[in-house]
Amino acid sequence: MINENIDRTVSILPDERLERVPAWGGASYSLSHVYRPTTIEQLQAVLKLARKNGRSIGLRGGGNSYGDAAMNAENILLDMRRMNRILAWEPENGRITVEPGVTISQLWQYILEDGWWPPVVTGTMMTTVGGCAGMNVHGKNAYQAGPIGDHILAFDMLLANGDIITCSRDENSDIFHAAIGGMGILGIFTAITMQMKRVYSGLLDVETETRPNLAAMFSYFEENLENSDYIVGWMDAFAKGDALGRGDVHKASYLPPGADPAPSQTMRLENQHLPSTMFGIVPKSIIWLGMRPFMNNPGTWLINNAKYHAGRLFGPKRSRQPHAAFHFLLDYVPDWKKAYGAGGLIQYQPFIPKETAQDAFREILQLCQTRRLPNYLTVFKRHRPDDFLLTHALDGYSMAMDFRITKRNRERIVNLAREMDEIVLQANGRFYFAKDSVLRRETAVAYLGQSVIDQFRALKQRLDPDNLLQTNLWRRVFG
Amino acid sequence: MSMNTTATTRPLEPEKRAIIIGASSGIGAALAKEWARRGYIVAALAPDEAGLEKVAAEGNGRIHTYLHDVTNYDEIPALCQQIIHDIGGVDIVAYIAGIQPVVALDEYNFEKDAAMIRVNFVGAVAWLNQAAVRFERAQSGQIVAVSSIAGDRGRVGAPVYNASKAGLSTYLEALRNRLTRQGVTVTTVKFGFVDTALLENAAKTFWVISPEKAAQEIDTAVRKKKQTVYAPARWGLVSLIIRHIPSFIFRRMSF
Repeated sequence: MINENIDRTVSILPDERLERVPAWGGASYSLSHVYRPTTIEQLQAVLKLARKNGRSIGLRGGGNSYGDAAMNAENILLDMRRMNRILAWEPENGRITVEPGVTISQLWQYILEDGWWPPVVTGTMMTTVGGCAGMNVHGKNAYQAGPIGDHILAFDMLLANGDIITCSRDENSDIFHAAIGGMGILGIFTAITMQMKRVYSGLLDVETETRPNLAAMFSYFEENLENSDYIVGWMDAFAKGDALGRGDVHKASYLPPGADPAPSQTMRLENQHLPSTMFGIVPKSIIWLGMRPFMNNPGTWLINNAKYHAGRLFGPKRSRQPHAAFHFLLDYVPDWKKAYGAGGLIQYQPFIPKETAQDAFREILQLCQTRRLPNYLTVFKRHRPDDFLLTHALDGYSMAMDFRITKRNRERIVNLAREMDEIVLQANGRFYFAKDSVLRRETAVAYLGQSVIDQFRALKQRLDPDNLLQTNLWRRVFG
Repeated sequence: MSMNTTATTRPLEPEKRAIIIGASSGIGAALAKEWARRGYIVAALAPDEAGLEKVAAEGNGRIHTYLHDVTNYDEIPALCQQIIHDIGGVDIVAYIAGIQPVVALDEYNFEKDAAMIRVNFVGAVAWLNQAAVRFERAQSGQIVAVSSIAGDRGRVGAPVYNASKAGLSTYLEALRNRLTRQGVTVTTVKFGFVDTALLENAAKTFWVISPEKAAQEIDTAVRKKKQTVYAPARWGLVSLIIRHIPSFIFRRMSF
């Protein structure tokens, strides 16, 4: 056991680079030596530094992954946000090439006035394109548009040996389909080319209504998949019995050409921005303080009930909303996660085929109630399958559940997650690395299949034989 | 590359990770075993290879050993980083290392005196400064060190041992005052007599506790996030009396 192989002449990484890097949900953190390169040369220098010091390198974009996807404890972490140049933009056909640190915020603000919108956006605009590609994120239009990978035409990737390769569906297509959704483990994106979506207005037609239970929630989705571009459901996880799975649905559609009398006005950035106050007086930056007293079981029960019944009483609502207001709800309440308190939160988001989804979700919601660990926020979405190697998507539904973490409930939450994993696997479900904090190795093998994991490992061995690129997530689930 | 510790495999329920400097015998060895038994991952450091191997053998595979003499100050920054990389992070740094050679009442041996200061005090500063930087950055962490009631007064029998422990206690107090506001706990444990190699040289002893009992005292103090504790507690009373003996009497006393 005596460790005699210590190389005490090794040059140490400077202490001033050491930073506390939290999981976005705040339920865990690591210390890492953080570097923020701006050029490919600087990236290559960090690769050399890592080799010299026997350290691994993790990649981090906006840092919005709920768990440990962008953490690399006691090793090097590359914060990619300063590589944020837009390299090429063709407003005539909607093709854009960006560096990986470009945020969704930068992206939509750059292209909207030319009549384009990103085909897939996350619920916050603080994510980076590189992070979105690495996690192969989806939006509320996943059933129409698929994940962001379906709109990536090509990318350049820096490999651990310092070489840069280009990948697309025609060139290095195996790498293309594995690196998108590959958790930043195969290489470092240096340029990503995407196809944007043509829009004819800065507004969306939005409809909101309540649904009395889970079956009604499902039927709403099935009836409206064809005639809408975005649907998202918000469920009250406290509702029991006949009301289990009740909640609101929000549906949105792009305006057809001609429907907006002045599209160049509605597409101006000034007309997109979110209001800076709530009810006209409360500054957005302190809203989370007002939420804090309600972030417990009785408080959330009260809010959910009030929200549901208000929606039911006032009936369906129709409106035209700016794209930004509809999509970036999370940014509307900055720091909302602080309302969860010092222990933070985790998200559990299973994806389940449409045939088994309703029963499985009913079972999961009931299980959380039985264990007295109801989740405080539940978001319901529809998906379509895609051809990326480690994809989370399938022809079915996902339910994103936010659980408050406290000192006392950690063990119970982890046990609950294991029980939920069983239900998800029984229903042929899948999981999503961007959200994950609790997935175990055997669960990943069960839903991905050993052959898929072997394929990914073979690529990893080919592209990064020294295992230079790693994250906490990678070591936890695949290490 | 770093080993896969539970800090990464179970982010919501990570095991605690501790570095124990001075862990091949006595209190440090008992503490390594105690924390391994509690499920911690322990990095055990000492210059005594055979002693370390014995400790590791009783650690259920949770004790990782590193040969290190605390007076090799130059290697400490790199070794500290290496260890923390190996065990995937650190939550507690415990400085237990200490020596007390026999010093006669009329002896002024600089070699012996300097050795005590180098191990008991300078080594602590070298290690705990490293811990302080990390814990300050993490806004979390615990430092614990073994001081002694011997540091509360300078006595005829052990001038430099007393001074080294007094220096350590004062350093720890200052560290506590710096780091409490950063979310870091600094615990000073002051023992009376513990049945270790250091005691072989003591003339008169009483209330002697075993190293295992001493390790439990440290563990309790750390888990309760105590500031300064006398262990066992009755030594607090002894210290109170000793600290208040007037100098004109203390000068005439033979201990």
